[in-house]
Amino acid sequence: MAATLQFDLVSPEKRLASFQAVEVQIPGANGDMTAMEGHAATITTLRPGILKAVGTDKTLAFAVTGGFAEINAAGISVLAEQAVPVEDLSGTVLDGMIDQARELAAVALPEDKDDAEKLVQDMMALRQHASH
Amino acid sequence: MPSLKDLKNKITSIKNTRKITKAMQMVAAAKLRRAQEAAEAGRPYAERMNAVMAGLSASVGTSSSAPRLLAGTGEDKVHLLVVMTAERGLCGGFNSSIVRMARLQANKLLAEGKTVKILTVGKKGREQLKRDFASHFIGHVDLSEVKRVGYAQAQGISRDILARFDAGEFDVATLFFNRFQSVISQVPTAQQVIPAQFDAEDAGDSVALYDYEPSEEGILADLLPRGVATQVFTALLENGASEQGARMSAMDNATRNAGDMIDKYTTIYNRSRQAAITKELIEIISGAEAL
Repeated sequence: MAATLQFDLVSPEKRLASFQAVEVQIPGANGDMTAMEGHAATITTLRPGILKAVGTDKTLAFAVTGGFAEINAAGISVLAEQAVPVEDLSGTVLDGMIDQARELAAVALPEDKDDAEKLVQDMMALRQHASH
Repeated sequence: MPSLKDLKNKITSIKNTRKITKAMQMVAAAKLRRAQEAAEAGRPYAERMNAVMAGLSASVGTSSSAPRLLAGTGEDKVHLLVVMTAERGLCGGFNSSIVRMARLQANKLLAEGKTVKILTVGKKGREQLKRDFASHFIGHVDLSEVKRVGYAQAQGISRDILARFDAGEFDVATLFFNRFQSVISQVPTAQQVIPAQFDAEDAGDSVALYDYEPSEEGILADLLPRGVATQVFTALLENGASEQGARMSAMDNATRNAGDMIDKYTTIYNRSRQAAITKELIEIISGAEAL
């Protein structure tokens, strides 16, 4: 049996998942990474994307919009601002998120503009990815 | 001396009131359970968030490049008080206790010669503060249409606060809300959110051993605005649970009072009825004797 690590996914409103995972794929701000047992202690922010946790008997995937992940010896906890199970992910949900991001980008201060635009692009990529 | 009919009407009316307060109490009890669950469900996120931010701010906080949300503007002149109350009354001292605390703080700051700005969430607090502090109001968040407070509302409020902070409208922001302890006890709390403050013990252990991606400063800059939203959200949830708890115990008291009043008036009613009968009898008997 493969070595596992404790995986927790929490949103501000509730705990979405908590189980032993073999590997967890995280859409990190600087690029995707996969955490497995014994990963170096890391804190990374998230960009919008698909978070995938592979357990011994199940695999869960969530679309996350932002937040951060903390990996340490005890396991990995992902604090997502918004997380939707991929099964529940429909075009309309995503369009809602994209619209929200666009609105934010429209009112963003000049120095935050690039980040906000990038968020919109990330969202669009997520949309594209999900529709396949 | 009220007539028998008056007394009877009064008793009926109190009985109706008792039915209403009893119903409100039960509704509050059901809502309280939901609100409490929501508050508990939100706790893990807030705790992890605080722990990570406390760790980060401990290592970054002292450097001169620390973000303004953490280090502050370097001044302490303009204070923003975010007064969070309920949209509805009939919940005992819930609203007044928050308002009282906010008012004390505002008066204290004004006495020190500082500028006070007030952002109200929930209309009850706004109504109570209007008389003394109407000129300090800078905004109001109406949640009366919102059935269930979600993170989206908290984000909206925090976005408003952050925009005002970026625009240089204030130096220090404090949230006023009731922390839920139990059904009979809610503690009015003032929590400073900008500049961010953390308890040293929250920092946890071995935080310094983490790799950061992107840099520590980058993460902190990303997390601090989220931290404000999280704190607002926690406050909203605590407030929601407190409101229902306060309403439940207030309505419980009201129901009991109504019961006492009904007993009292029923006794008076019975006595007057008895007196009327006795009086009639005396009249008949003395009439018969006179013959």
